[in-house]
Amino acid sequence: MKGGEFVKLKINGELITVPTTINTIMEIIEHFKISNPIVIVEHNDTILEKDAHAVTKVADGDKIELVQFVGGG
Amino acid sequence: MLTINGKQFNSRLLLGTGKYPNFDVQKQAVEVSESEILTFTVRRMNIYEPSQPNFLEKIELEKVSLLPNTAGAKTADEAVRHAKLAQASGLCDMIKVEVIGCDKTLLPDPVETLKATEELLKEGFTVLPYTSDDVVLARKLEELGAHAIMPGASPIGSGQGIINSLNLSFIIEQTKVPVIVDAGIGSPADAALAMELGADAVLLNTAVSAADKPVKMAKAMKLAIEAGRLGYEAGRIPKKRTATSSSPMEGLSVG
Repeated sequence: MKGGEFVKLKINGELITVPTTINTIMEIIEHFKISNPIVIVEHNDTILEKDAHAVTKVADGDKIELVQFVGGG
Repeated sequence: MLTINGKQFNSRLLLGTGKYPNFDVQKQAVEVSESEILTFTVRRMNIYEPSQPNFLEKIELEKVSLLPNTAGAKTADEAVRHAKLAQASGLCDMIKVEVIGCDKTLLPDPVETLKATEELLKEGFTVLPYTSDDVVLARKLEELGAHAIMPGASPIGSGQGIINSLNLSFIIEQTKVPVIVDAGIGSPADAALAMELGADAVLLNTAVSAADKPVKMAKAMKLAIEAGRLGYEAGRIPKKRTATSSSPMEGLSVG
């Protein structure tokens, strides 16, 4: 990841800066301390399989959606 | 046995997981209902409160099948995206197509529902479209290859019960895949009637979650659905305008 100490990401529609030490989707999930084991990720409009979280790189300006199952009928 | 795309279920009650007073009540309601299919929906996480409890952590996932819905979608494309997000969880291959076409009535958009069903069938999903009680639309969804047809009894969350039992019975008669009456059920009597009409199952949420005592209502719905199914299988008597005595007239000792 390039561009100084922080990178800007659009996460769930919000512009958020994270440290440049974060390189993958998995690290994003860890950074936000998301404990829910079922986290579904869409990265730049591509829905990721769970196996891809650890290997998918993030870069400045990326769009990330973190979604989960909630109650519904 | 309820069979959806080759998968068998003992329970004919599908239970929604929205709007319960708390997770403990919900967990008990799910257990008492003996439902084997629970509906969910996908929504953005609150990344600022990542430790919020989630109902999925409270249930034994090996005992139930998850049926995510596409609620919130207003177009076929949005519904397909919701379905793919749900599938990426790796927990489910069924999807309830729900494409709302009217904010006031929450009635489904028939054109977009048809499109979404077609697309998701191509993608290999087990597709259960929520539809109105439109007989022709139900037939077209089945012709596309939908694995169940889910006509509404009345508008979502209204508790109005079955407002067009004639249309529902036409749908039930013509449909070879399971017919699951979905939405609008208010009381155990409504659920029993749906089953007596010949529905294969009932999907409900608010009728249980918003009842004064959700756990008790979950039990009532389970029993009503079993009773309605038994009644359907037993075959009810035709309605007549005049009385017929149940007791014999012969052998009367008086008169």
